[in-house]
Amino acid sequence: MAVIAEPVAAQVKRSSLWRRAFESRNFLGAMFMVPAIAILILFLAYPLALGFWLGMTDTKIGGVGRFIGFQNFVSLSKDSVFWLSVFNTIFYTVFASIVKFAIGLYLALLLNERLPFKSMMRAIVLLPFVVPTVLSAIAFWWIYDSQFSIISWVLIKAGLLNHYIDFLGDPWNARWSVVLANIWRGVPFVAITLLAGLQTISPSLYEAANLDGATNMQRFRHITLPMLSPIIAVVMTFSVLMTFTDFQLIYTITRGGPINATHLMATLSFQRAITGGNLGEGAAISNAMIPFLVAAILLSFFGLQRSRWQQGGRD
Amino acid sequence: MTTVDDQSVGMDYLESFPRKFLRVYLPLGLIIFFLLFPFYWMAVTTFKPDAEMYDYEKYNPFLIAHPTLEHIHKLFLETDYPQWMWNTVIVSVSSTFISLFASVCAAYAIERLRYKGSRYVGLAIFLGYLVPPSILFIPLAAIVFQLGLFDGNLALILTYPTFLIPFCTWLLMGYFRTIPYELEECALIDGATRLQILVKITLPLSLPGVISAGIFAFTLSWNEFIYALTFISSSENKTIPVGAITELVNGDVYHWGALMAAALTGSVPVVILYSFFVEYYVSAMTGAVKE
Repeated sequence: MAVIAEPVAAQVKRSSLWRRAFESRNFLGAMFMVPAIAILILFLAYPLALGFWLGMTDTKIGGVGRFIGFQNFVSLSKDSVFWLSVFNTIFYTVFASIVKFAIGLYLALLLNERLPFKSMMRAIVLLPFVVPTVLSAIAFWWIYDSQFSIISWVLIKAGLLNHYIDFLGDPWNARWSVVLANIWRGVPFVAITLLAGLQTISPSLYEAANLDGATNMQRFRHITLPMLSPIIAVVMTFSVLMTFTDFQLIYTITRGGPINATHLMATLSFQRAITGGNLGEGAAISNAMIPFLVAAILLSFFGLQRSRWQQGGRD
Repeated sequence: MTTVDDQSVGMDYLESFPRKFLRVYLPLGLIIFFLLFPFYWMAVTTFKPDAEMYDYEKYNPFLIAHPTLEHIHKLFLETDYPQWMWNTVIVSVSSTFISLFASVCAAYAIERLRYKGSRYVGLAIFLGYLVPPSILFIPLAAIVFQLGLFDGNLALILTYPTFLIPFCTWLLMGYFRTIPYELEECALIDGATRLQILVKITLPLSLPGVISAGIFAFTLSWNEFIYALTFISSSENKTIPVGAITELVNGDVYHWGALMAAALTGSVPVVILYSFFVEYYVSAMTGAVKE
């Protein structure tokens, strides 16, 4: 009897070990995480680290690079095109983000009014966000055409202008043109998310303010803005991040021209790394974006903390 | 601001129409015009014959005198466009399914199993969403090349989940949180395994969340550009955005009609999908930010 009982006991022990493992939340949790973590480590974390490394090598496409320390950054610091791209990126981000925020907030307030066809309106407003950026950028490219621009045509017909505007041929015209396209692309996201925020504000707050005789402006300043500020921080972080690292719009409309006037850091890094074949230098330019991104994230993070603290420390 | 205006929140109906027109409808109309005009212009150019397109003296540019399908015809029959569309569909559908599978598992584990350290893993996955593709494409190109995936759909199918999984996981975590624990506890007592609970209880209850995550993932991968531009080189393997921008421009000759037709027809699938599920889409977008 004992001879037979032993393996059975061992079997029971082993199977219960398995069963216990599958009942253990930690083991099961780890198993469930495998697909996501595997993909994210292989194609997100590892490339991020590899990017740091590549930025410190002189790797060319198809070749093995050697470690050259900060030499890429030293040569970039003497590269006027690189500094121009930094300037363009900041210019592009600052102006596009401010206007996106202003129009987005205004649009959200308008959509929050009592309106007919509200949900249809909301659906229409989101369209520029849904349609592939490159495809809508092609439309802007055509709108900005030097000979057949519809904007120039309308302005001439209206008697406001006597010549066609060279939208993409002149450095400053080109900068403003791409900023406008970016605003067009970004307003829906800001507007819809802020609208969601507005709808979470309790109407009783406004009623109370009304009873106390607050004006429209006062209600906006003392109820809407403070209640909305956590969402504003999140939306604007995303918006700044997306604008700062934008690639598609510039690549489609100007390819960085005229004379590098609209090159962003992302498009310059693509040009140097993929078109030019200098992977190491391109990676160094990409890496140079990281401090700005971290700063943007930290800024909004501490901004959020501050507003929480002002509201009495609750979260 | 006058006193009439002050009452606008609760007693909106007291506001006279002309007043409301100036304060709300007019600015709203202008902004919507600004947001929709490029689409109108895309459509008009697509169906306009070349002769009209380049002659603003004789024809009003806003209208089409003789609508034509020549640009669409040219696009579909003389270029690789149908192939690009097929590639885009394959890549978007596959990467969406991979991302949904991985995200459902991850979100369930983080939110329902609450294993040790799940909070930190959840935060780390969310941080992955903040890493922009324009920083990753150079090292990813090197990896894709080493793995022998260069110039194939698989390169895109495997890399797109890097920006889809963080978003979908985050979204699904929010949905799973809304399902009462008691349901799972009852099932556990009845002897169901965790996997059965996930498949038979949690997933069906969070179907709206899974659908919105799926639509979001699909449109994001349909829109992706920089990876597709970097990892694909031959014309027949390109996706719509890359194909349109690299193959429809011959030197200095821009085929505006065909380009606009590509932009229009390339947008239609996502717009149709989006219009069917717009409520899911909007709630996904806003819900993800609210949390």
